[in-house]
Amino acid sequence: MARRYSVQRQRGFTLIALFCFVLLYLPMVTLVAYAFNAGISTSNWEGVSLRWFHAAAANERIIDATLRSLTIAPIAGLIATVAATMAALATTRTAPYPGLTFKYAFINQPLMVPEIVTAVALLVVFSQVKVWTGYSGLGYLIAAHTAFCIPFAYLPIKARLETMDLTLERAAADLYARPWMVFRRVTLPLLWPGILAGFMLAFVVSLDDVVITEFVKSAGQETLPTYMLGQLRRQATPEMNAISTVFLGLSIAVVTLFFFLSRRKD
Amino acid sequence: MAQAQDIIRAAARRDIRNRWWLSSPALAIIFLAAIGPLFVVVLYSVMEKGSYGDVKYWQFSGQGWFEVLFERDMFDNTVSLADAHLSILWRSVKLAAITTVVTLILGFPTAYFIATRPRHRRDLWLFLITIPFWTNLLIRTFAIQEVFRNEGLLNVVLMKVGLIDKPIQIMFTDAAILLGMGYVYLPLMVLPLYASLEKFDFRLAEAAADLYAGGFRILSRVIVPIVRPGIIAGSILVFIPSLGSYVTPRLLGGGKSLMLGNLIELQFGQGRNWPLGAALSISLTAIVMLSLLVYVRASSKTEVRHG
Repeated sequence: MARRYSVQRQRGFTLIALFCFVLLYLPMVTLVAYAFNAGISTSNWEGVSLRWFHAAAANERIIDATLRSLTIAPIAGLIATVAATMAALATTRTAPYPGLTFKYAFINQPLMVPEIVTAVALLVVFSQVKVWTGYSGLGYLIAAHTAFCIPFAYLPIKARLETMDLTLERAAADLYARPWMVFRRVTLPLLWPGILAGFMLAFVVSLDDVVITEFVKSAGQETLPTYMLGQLRRQATPEMNAISTVFLGLSIAVVTLFFFLSRRKD
Repeated sequence: MAQAQDIIRAAARRDIRNRWWLSSPALAIIFLAAIGPLFVVVLYSVMEKGSYGDVKYWQFSGQGWFEVLFERDMFDNTVSLADAHLSILWRSVKLAAITTVVTLILGFPTAYFIATRPRHRRDLWLFLITIPFWTNLLIRTFAIQEVFRNEGLLNVVLMKVGLIDKPIQIMFTDAAILLGMGYVYLPLMVLPLYASLEKFDFRLAEAAADLYAGGFRILSRVIVPIVRPGIIAGSILVFIPSLGSYVTPRLLGGGKSLMLGNLIELQFGQGRNWPLGAALSISLTAIVMLSLLVYVRASSKTEVRHG
């Protein structure tokens, strides 16, 4: 009699899977550990300290870059979410109409073209616009971020709209609510979780962006990721570990939040 | 009767018009800050190279595209294949393909493992995959740097144990780029694979086992054919960003091992050859679009078959 086959117990697969989890977390744990190292050398452990967190928090270039990141992300995220909500309303809950596929393709385009290509394209065009207009402020970065944030904000909003019940809106319309009233009092409150998820996605994606920002930014417009990119090419100080640890903590917080929000629904 | 139909038709037209107005802000922003500039790049690829790293407007030339594949000798005007570009192009495709295969070999068992856990445990394992997925790419690349550097974790441990007496040089090699991309893109492989495997009815595998199929046959004849859309989705999701990868080769390849993304940057920076950079960008985009097309074809075909 052969050994009984079990779907759950594929020893080879389990081993590879556990190996993968170790593989995924070992480098991140190393990164965090070095952030708490008291010494500057990364090969010697000299005891636990918050020295590098203090150093990073006092570094003016880091503060400057952080503030810039925190200026761009909410603005780009907000504009992208409003535009994406409107676009989602225009592209769902309808029979296919001429131009619908075109709209899908257009909105998802930033996801399909390699980031480096969009980055050089924006570099070429914006550098010319800078010459023509003489304006070299944050507007370019905000425009670029808004564009690639739209598809990310669009996805959860569209998903939410597609699963929403149409009858409530119809009922409101039957009770003589004007279209705007129906939207404000019925559609919008129902759509709210999708909009919130879309905004959070857009915010995080904007905050994380390196490549496009690196090419679009004017002199002195470092964001936190481009500042880190510049530092990491040289021998980085543990200040970078400290910043990364904070970033990592934020990602874990966001994912945990989503995790529990989606769980509560079930 | 005819009048009623006219009214309905007019209402439908108005609805479509309103829908265009509603979507116009999103379309306009994406046109101005993504698609429009892409068309400018297409134009630049067929213009004459300027002397200061720009182009001579409206002077058309095929030089940019010519230089993607060939080079002209400065002295005797002979034409030969552009080895430098071709080797980088080849390396990009090769590294992206190997990354895809490696992440598939590691990602499939991982997704299988998660999908076969009891339901209440699954979320936790999935959560552990989602965290690296949502962590900044730069930070994950930095993390892998911390392991592979000459004074990094791996070399320190190996030297303490006494297996080696001087650090192994991993950074700034093709291997470093490969390991880095594999690490960074593994979650992109696991998530779609899991989505497919989660829907797989594992009783089919048990039925095959009852009919005396061995473990490998169950895998190759039952599981893989059914979860193929997930395998294709994962492979495309890993292949595309690997091919256009910029940050990982820049940090781990250190300017010695370039990929297509870095070559493109070089042409717009120090190389001062915008038409060539533009032509390379369009080529990269074309390869990506083609892979997407293959993906769409493959996934729609499987739907029809199982539909």
